[in-house]
Amino acid sequence: METALADNATPPVFYQTDDEHAHAGGSTLLGFWIYLMSDALIFATLFATFGVLNSSFAGGPTPHDIFDLKLVAFNTAVLLVSALTCGLAMISMQAGKLRLLQIWLAVTALLGIVFVSVELNEFHHLIVDGATPQRSAYLSAFFTLVGTHGLHVTFGVIWIGVMLVQLAQRGLHAENCRRLMCLSMFWHFLDVIWIGVFTFVYLLGTLS
Amino acid sequence: MSNETAAHDHAHDEHEEVIHFKLGGYLTGFAVAAIMTAIPFWIAMAHPIGNAVVAASIVVAFAVAQILVQTVAFLHVNARAQGGWTLVAYVFTAVLLLIIVGGSLWIMHHLASNMMPGATNDAPGRGF
Repeated sequence: METALADNATPPVFYQTDDEHAHAGGSTLLGFWIYLMSDALIFATLFATFGVLNSSFAGGPTPHDIFDLKLVAFNTAVLLVSALTCGLAMISMQAGKLRLLQIWLAVTALLGIVFVSVELNEFHHLIVDGATPQRSAYLSAFFTLVGTHGLHVTFGVIWIGVMLVQLAQRGLHAENCRRLMCLSMFWHFLDVIWIGVFTFVYLLGTLS
Repeated sequence: MSNETAAHDHAHDEHEEVIHFKLGGYLTGFAVAAIMTAIPFWIAMAHPIGNAVVAASIVVAFAVAQILVQTVAFLHVNARAQGGWTLVAYVFTAVLLLIIVGGSLWIMHHLASNMMPGATNDAPGRGF
């Protein structure tokens, strides 16, 4: 008890010599990167599930019956161009050109909306034709994997919308630049995941 | 005060290290990615390669290569970014991804091989 009192009497000594805010911007980007890596593991499990159930058609439709590669090629092109426009937005941000940044972000969002619309249209046709997630394990895995990616793109579009409002109201300050860099990483990450989706789901599905 | 300025300078340096968006890098990355997308689609749509296994292997090889190209050109992963931690996290994720996907396919292939004939209506372990 006495020692405790004695300890209370002396001021506490902190051995933290580094300034916590020294790496504020950098650590946000690294933290966001680690989030993206954990997101990649979600997709890894979905890809693994899809790979295991790849031929569990249960007498239902096979990839040959349901996939339209022209549509997938179009959507792939849309997403790839949106990756370029996202990069152009980052270059505009770097140059401090607010108007140009807003235009490229808007173009990126529009391409994202086109991508999600085409995908939803594809899903709609599949479901109308009876190729629902309930039809076979293969289709369950297909809708889960492709749908999760589509959901990510949808949230990316919402994020771009939020950033456009932020930029219109507050301009190009340091915090917005940091948020935009995270957004850009998120968008490019989704394009990388899509490479896996169009290769393993669509191309290999129709090749085998 | 001087300490704070030093910290700010350091943060600024770090900031400069993080941003290196270059138009040329993006355009090159885009062009290479477009070619690496077009060739697999052509293989799958025009069927120029008769052997399905060879065709599938080439398509997968292009996918892996394009993932690496986009990671470098668009996501700016290199040994210097964030003191190397970006690359470390990336490689670690790649290892986990290979264990999860490869392990699942391997185990389920063995499971399918050990099933009684007729217990599944699928070709065993076709994987991807």
